[in-house]
Amino acid sequence: MKVTFPHMGNLWICLEAMLEYLGVETVVPPPSTKKTLSLGSKHAPEFACMPLKLNLGNFMEASDLGADTILMAGGCGPCRFGYYAQVEYEILCDLGYRYSLVVMEPPERHISEFLARIRQITGNRSWLEVIRGIKFGYQKARAVDGLEMTAMRLRPREIDPGSTDAALSAALEEIAGARRPEDLPPAIGRAREIMGGVPVEDRPVIRVGLVGEIYTVLEPFANLEIEKKLGRLGVEVDRSIYLSEWINDHLFMGLIRGMRSSSLYKKSASPYLRHFVGGHGLETMGGAVYYNSLGYDGVIQILPFTCMPEIVAQSILPGFSRDTGMPVITLISDEQSGDAGLQTRIEAFVDLLAEKKRRKEWSA
Amino acid sequence: MTVKIGIPRSLLFYYYYPLWKTFFEGLGAEVTVTGPSTKAVLEEGLGLCVDEACLPVKVAFGHVAALRGKVDFIFVPRLVSVFPREYICPKFLGFPDMVRSCVGGLPGLIDININLYRREKDLYRQLREAASPFCRNPLRIAAAFGEALAEHRRFTERLEAGMLPDDAFGDREVAGGKPGGENWTVALVGHPYNIYDSFINLNIIKRIREARMNVVTADNVPGPVVDRYAGTLSKRLFWTLGRRMVGSAYYFMDNPAIDGIIHVASFACGPDSMTGELIQRRARRTGTPFLSLTLDEHAGEAGIVTRIEAFLDMVAMKSELSTLS
Repeated sequence: MKVTFPHMGNLWICLEAMLEYLGVETVVPPPSTKKTLSLGSKHAPEFACMPLKLNLGNFMEASDLGADTILMAGGCGPCRFGYYAQVEYEILCDLGYRYSLVVMEPPERHISEFLARIRQITGNRSWLEVIRGIKFGYQKARAVDGLEMTAMRLRPREIDPGSTDAALSAALEEIAGARRPEDLPPAIGRAREIMGGVPVEDRPVIRVGLVGEIYTVLEPFANLEIEKKLGRLGVEVDRSIYLSEWINDHLFMGLIRGMRSSSLYKKSASPYLRHFVGGHGLETMGGAVYYNSLGYDGVIQILPFTCMPEIVAQSILPGFSRDTGMPVITLISDEQSGDAGLQTRIEAFVDLLAEKKRRKEWSA
Repeated sequence: MTVKIGIPRSLLFYYYYPLWKTFFEGLGAEVTVTGPSTKAVLEEGLGLCVDEACLPVKVAFGHVAALRGKVDFIFVPRLVSVFPREYICPKFLGFPDMVRSCVGGLPGLIDININLYRREKDLYRQLREAASPFCRNPLRIAAAFGEALAEHRRFTERLEAGMLPDDAFGDREVAGGKPGGENWTVALVGHPYNIYDSFINLNIIKRIREARMNVVTADNVPGPVVDRYAGTLSKRLFWTLGRRMVGSAYYFMDNPAIDGIIHVASFACGPDSMTGELIQRRARRTGTPFLSLTLDEHAGEAGIVTRIEAFLDMVAMKSELSTLS
């Protein structure tokens, strides 16, 4: 059995760690590229959202590397992600791929269903080992998120353009390279050292909150590396959602305290959106309100074309922007998105933010 | 003074109008419904709604806007779930908030949550809340609720007997919607607000009937049959409407009395992108004549008509050929 899974940002680092710790042979799909997306778009339903198309492309490319089992997450709606695995599987079957599919679904009847699915992947390893494996993966997620946060702080302040990104990929390699839980703390130390070596200077920066659908926020290929682009324009970015926060919210039921969790967003969103709408619509709305309360200069919403929960948030954001004066821009990404178009739009947006900030400072 | 409540003729109006109307009238309110969708309604909606929303939501915005200044309350329930462990599309979950944020000059909104995700019995409590702005008499509410449910049951029975909502709304006991009489039968599969709004779908039902074919829809299929066919999916579908569409489409493919299936979806519809794919793949495997129509505000009549005509010709030809052999 060779297990593969879809890409979503640096998710592969923690999944690979978890599976390999448990002795499961793993095939990490090649990083998502234009080719992945064209493969996926060719065979996926036209109006499926982009993550489905990229998942499909990932599976097709992983199959060429010998993968024969798909590990996917499930869900119970109303966002269509909950049915991704089944539709992707139908498409792969029609194309002649011979995959077996293991979907981590919330159990319908009994918790034993869920445990049985884990067993399908882990075989006879003890539950204690499984828990240790999950913990190892989670620790990597925390480490990766920490590095990314550092990178977002450094980018607008770096002296040599590009040095942060070079350091970040080297640092991520350190984390990915840690094979055993005991190797992780020294790897984190080395990664931090690498990040610490980036020469920076103190300059005024613009602060922008990035909200939106989780996949497009976390996957640099899907958002055309918006964090890097913003960083180079002198913008310090924060995301409304990080991988480790998502794991804490969804897998550990928010057990780990002291992290930002979805309940915060739920509370902040309530003047505008009073009900969950599936996906991350509520988090997007709440994130926008949250960044406003922290005094950020602007909010960028990013979503895949046709994403239903985000369309709800997108409809409400202009009203929020009117009420609070917080500048908001919505960026939609799909297989037609072009780099130059995005660059132009965020440059214009950042110019507006800078101008607004300047005026505020003058009048103050 | 009687309270005037406006119900937009859009979205799940086509399933729940009899229930809502009977309930509010039982409480002594006057119920106003917007007229059929028109170009003006759509244009009003287009101006208010974000571009990315789907056609039926844009039309619904137009209907809501049309009620401004005419009623005391507009009934725009937040339809979270109408059946245990199932949902409606996310846009229905956010619809009242979208309306409140985008449409100005609104009267009061009755935007109660209809959420039967846990159990169906919650409906009573939720509708009681809908009555709260103008009626707090528990006996009256209970009586109106009982009548409303009975009316809803009658309506559903009429649908399952082969009528389409527009006929079933009225008291016409024997209406022309019943299948039979023509040589061929085409199944129309799609969300109710797409297939029953003749403006949105450019009069597709009338066109099929004019081609001397019978029309059946997913709503004519009894619930247990839908359940049986939808049960063959590897995972329970969590959209009530999508599940009904897939279950009935699978049943239609199995039913020799159905000569072809037309799937109607709106542009960029999320659930349809998934359920439509499942239906289309199965249709291809079983060799069922299948037409997929995607509707948006730019749909040109000629384009759609040509495709429907070509499809109906093909259906007629195929079934003639099979009777010959």
